[in-house]
Amino acid sequence: MRYLPKSPADRDAMMKAIGVRSVDDLFAPIPAEYRLNRDLNIPRQMAESEIVDFFRQRSRENGDGYTSFLGAGAYFHYRPVIIDSLISRGEFLTAYTPYQAEISQGTLQSIFEFQTMVCELTGMEVANASMYDGSTGAAEAVMMAVRLTGRRSVVVARSLHPEYREVLGTYATHQGMPLTTVGFADNGRIDLKELEQSITPETACVLIQSPNFFGTIEDVDAIGEIAHKHGAMLVVSIAEAVSLGIVEPPRQADIIAMEAQSFGVPLGFGGPYCGVIATREKYVRQMPGRLVGQTVDKQGKRGFVLTLATREQHIRREKATSNICTNQALVALMVNIFMTVYGKVGLKELAKQNLAKTAYAASQFGKHGKVLFAGSPRFNEFVVTTSEDPYAVNSRLLGHKIVGGLPLRKFYPELGNAALWCCTELTTRSAIDTAAGLIAESERSVRTAKEEVEEVAR
Amino acid sequence: MKHPTPKATRHVNQNEGLIFEKSSPGKAAWKLPPLDVPEVDTAKLLGEAERKDLGHMPEVSEIEIIRHFTRLSTWNYAIDLGMYPLGSCTMKYNPRVNEAVARVEGIANGHPYQPEKISQGALRIIKTLSECLIEITGMDAITLQPAAGAHGEMTGLLMVRAYHESKGNARKKILIPDSAHGTNPATAAMVGYAVENLKSDSRGMVDIASLQAQMNEDVAALMLTNPNTLGVFEQDIHKIADILHAKGGLLYMDGANMNALVGKVRPGDFGVDVMHLNLHKTFSTPHGGGGPGSGPVAIKKALEPFLPKPVVVTKPDGTLGFEYNRPHSVGRVRAFYGNFGMFVRALAYIQANGPDGLRQTTEDAVLNANYIRKGLEGTYDLPYSTPTMHEVVFSDKVQAKKGVRTMDIAKRLIDYGFHPYTTAFPLIVPGALMIEPTESESKEEMDLFIDAMKSIAQEVEEDAQTVLDAPHSTRVSRLDETAAARKPVLRWKLA
Repeated sequence: MRYLPKSPADRDAMMKAIGVRSVDDLFAPIPAEYRLNRDLNIPRQMAESEIVDFFRQRSRENGDGYTSFLGAGAYFHYRPVIIDSLISRGEFLTAYTPYQAEISQGTLQSIFEFQTMVCELTGMEVANASMYDGSTGAAEAVMMAVRLTGRRSVVVARSLHPEYREVLGTYATHQGMPLTTVGFADNGRIDLKELEQSITPETACVLIQSPNFFGTIEDVDAIGEIAHKHGAMLVVSIAEAVSLGIVEPPRQADIIAMEAQSFGVPLGFGGPYCGVIATREKYVRQMPGRLVGQTVDKQGKRGFVLTLATREQHIRREKATSNICTNQALVALMVNIFMTVYGKVGLKELAKQNLAKTAYAASQFGKHGKVLFAGSPRFNEFVVTTSEDPYAVNSRLLGHKIVGGLPLRKFYPELGNAALWCCTELTTRSAIDTAAGLIAESERSVRTAKEEVEEVAR
Repeated sequence: MKHPTPKATRHVNQNEGLIFEKSSPGKAAWKLPPLDVPEVDTAKLLGEAERKDLGHMPEVSEIEIIRHFTRLSTWNYAIDLGMYPLGSCTMKYNPRVNEAVARVEGIANGHPYQPEKISQGALRIIKTLSECLIEITGMDAITLQPAAGAHGEMTGLLMVRAYHESKGNARKKILIPDSAHGTNPATAAMVGYAVENLKSDSRGMVDIASLQAQMNEDVAALMLTNPNTLGVFEQDIHKIADILHAKGGLLYMDGANMNALVGKVRPGDFGVDVMHLNLHKTFSTPHGGGGPGSGPVAIKKALEPFLPKPVVVTKPDGTLGFEYNRPHSVGRVRAFYGNFGMFVRALAYIQANGPDGLRQTTEDAVLNANYIRKGLEGTYDLPYSTPTMHEVVFSDKVQAKKGVRTMDIAKRLIDYGFHPYTTAFPLIVPGALMIEPTESESKEEMDLFIDAMKSIAQEVEEDAQTVLDAPHSTRVSRLDETAAARKPVLRWKLA
């Protein structure tokens, strides 16, 4: 086995030193009746070339070569080459959690920089080292608000990513955290009147997403005001991090739970991604997850350590702020490098391109289908309603190697034939024009069919 | 001379400030292509939502970024540099073919919502890995959705709870041995269960009499790590399972130490009802400085209705798809389908090993731990003489007499070119030194480690201060953690 660095002679010498005759003697503590006396029924040992072939084959079966208009919490942005060059360095890739600070300063300093940049972009004062993803991060942020306010119930926007809502539902079930959902108005934003009515003196927080699941930017000021008036916290989920380049961050939020996948993390069929929680300094002791802090060594030299560990499970056990241990460190490093590459100016220009492509696509699609929620500002996603079932439209597009928008019926039956489309800086005008053309075709064919029916009826 | 090449030597490495300290306006590491659609008026489109300023985000060039992170990287220790004997963390070699195949275009760029018709490759990977893990654990079904071990624990306990609820009583508490990882009690609390500690006996195993006394109809499950955190296999495992099952309880196994069992024994065969795996431990996906991980949960048939949704199924036409209609499911624990990139790596690892390779891997891991035990027995106190599986736990009892504790020895080990072992855990061993070499270490590397540990023990006798002041050779000396926690500085600010 090529990963094992021992010769048969080494093994013999070691067994002799230990004083056993065969390696099976070492497994004697396992009662004989449970020991496996056969080979595992799994694929045989493969050569490296065979493994590569296997996955290339799977890749070909997996949408390789398609242009996609999918977003909905997973965004296709360009990943600068140096991200993989740098994260592939063994000292980052194959290091453990930096508990031994003296020989982990590389990881620790990079996390400190990550925390800083997340603060700069979100307008918050502290950020943690990462959470699993945007969905679990949002659930943990809500639990944090429950601890901070001493209240238990939670108001959730229906325009929060539906799968984030499901995850929150799972987390909340056994913690006695009743959830109330607030719908969206005709402009695609949370229904403020309904929000006002939903908040009670028991409401710990209001959880919204902005830009929300439809790509619409929420009126965070107004929402924050309503929440705060009733003593509830505002928790904002950000699923599309690139929006922070051009969209004002939700500064009224008490806690922000972000999914940073857009910052240099491959789509990877849904993971690994990078959640992160940011908040106010005064709330830091209720924050879940690891934190890196600056300190000095015995000579007074600047250095970094994991800190405030008394919040964490390995110290506090059942009284910890969360059970999280392993996080998404290497993915956070990708995010860190991405933020460093684009920086203060690049992120803004990148976000502007997303905005321009999306505005163009919405205007083209709007000529044929109906663009919903047109009155509110949006970032890089928009909702289009077609006469034809969007699954039928999409299967037409698939023939042109285009993956169309996400049909919303599954999550929002009331939206009928609506689909959620996304454009990024990587979406080309020609792809937009092709898709718009196919939607036009679909509308024409539905119209013709309808006219024919009307003809017959006459 | 026994070792022609000593383990480590000092050499120059580069200093590097924070990236913010290198930033100046006008430098850039990015270039966007020309816009092929009309420019937009952002103020008009966004109104009040338009952002004007991005604060103190850096402005640097590409070469500076390469040097910045390369320099930082050289300040880290890593498995690629040498032995990383953290007990319970299973720091094994991370094969590079795993990284290569995870980056193949269609796998790296697959969108979680792309139509199933063009997701067959990803679904096949999920299915194949699931089948392998079910066979390896001897369980009946699995979910790959949890993002890490602790997340798997939560998912497992949610299923335990759903199972009991389906029988009409969710029950109140979870039994957890005093040797358990901190995530176990923290998880039980998150799922709404009270935690009751279970003490270990003189062999370091679950005390059967205590278990018998504490087990009743209020206990939902026992969370057991096997081999436990002492590296000891719970020999009475079936008795334990029987005691639980007799009162309707379930046996949860924390699979953190599965590296001692793969190919040799299957938890499903010794009475486990639900367990999680850590793909980043046993199945070689990289730890990456703290994550990502992946924590699949394998279960027995009785728990299958409660699996998180969606589950992957074979459809009537033979293609694979997601099944969402699962009325008894505990729900979702994460958006999408889990840390898919880790599934790719774990499957590539299983394929590279095959049944014979996995068995040999386990045997070597256990052989290595026993070799270290033999090498250090007598030099360090061995609080439990019970046979060792994949890791061995010593204590600092002998050295403590000179005022040297486990953390001091660990720090001194750094000067010898090794990453420390796990210190002060498990909690049942005061001053624990928890050592897990994994199968990835050669005899030479372990001989160097044993020599280093012996040499430190000698230093403790002759010149304890050298050990107490360690490390001496790192770019920073021991850092003031108390100050860091008292007045936290968690971000850079412009001076």
